[in-house]
Amino acid sequence: MKVRVHVSLKNGVLDPQGRAIQHAIEGLGFSGVKDVRAGRLFELEVDASVTDAQLDDMAAKLLANMVIENYRIERVA
Amino acid sequence: MAFRSAVITFPGSNCDRDMAVALEQVSGAAPYRVWHGDSELPERLDFIAVPGGFSYGDYLRSGAMAARSPIMRAIVAAAGRGVPVLGVCNGFQILTEAGLLPGALMRNAGIRFVCREVGLKVETTQSLFTAGYDAGQVIRVPVAHHDGNYFADDATLDRLEGNGRVAFRYAESVNGSARDIAGVLNEAGNVLGMMPHPERAIEAAHGSADGRALFESAIKGLVET
Repeated sequence: MKVRVHVSLKNGVLDPQGRAIQHAIEGLGFSGVKDVRAGRLFELEVDASVTDAQLDDMAAKLLANMVIENYRIERVA
Repeated sequence: MAFRSAVITFPGSNCDRDMAVALEQVSGAAPYRVWHGDSELPERLDFIAVPGGFSYGDYLRSGAMAARSPIMRAIVAAAGRGVPVLGVCNGFQILTEAGLLPGALMRNAGIRFVCREVGLKVETTQSLFTAGYDAGQVIRVPVAHHDGNYFADDATLDRLEGNGRVAFRYAESVNGSARDIAGVLNEAGNVLGMMPHPERAIEAAHGSADGRALFESAIKGLVET
């Protein structure tokens, strides 16, 4: 089964990359974009036996740096 | 007794040789060279250096993969026993990822890689690594990093400041680090992580020899105790 782990910066953590991306969007002539926050998406192909608790553990121990990031786990059928 | 140090090499480390040369020049004894895949350190080490570079190509996050390599488990255990550990640049990133030091190192606020000599203010002389400096002294040491923007929440920063755990602060704007922090100590004071490269400033030919006192004070302190 497929699992998606979305990792994003915590609120209050500045995102220089997001800001640069926002400027680039403006540079392409698009207007109205007020803020960009860059994150990561991991797609894991896992056995059905892998538990939510194990996924949680993987995300907290490796995929996200809990000092600066949050994660959200999504099981995709 | 000869000084027993180790320099760790990960795939993608590129300051391990400089670190080994610095340790040998100052201590008179060549360090052990330890590979990331080793699960044990040499016995009775006096000092462990985690050098700079781009371990594992900075995959996932700078230092993230290296922090989970077999040798890091041994380093975390050794640090817990009080063995001094110095992490420089990528080494600092690895030590934060491994949980030996608080905070995280994010992309430089200016987005660009910063490679130049900077002024560093010595914030505490009450540590093995900084005892050879004067309090408030500004030293010149090179930096070369893309992810050196130190972040920790305010409570953590206040705690670090209150306990004298900020070892070095940038004397100028470099990378957007919280409170201009360039190097921090762990609670016990035996682990130092810093973005600037003291091992690249140990003799006049380097342009600055201000990094030498860090190694000298650590080595002298260890030999005397």
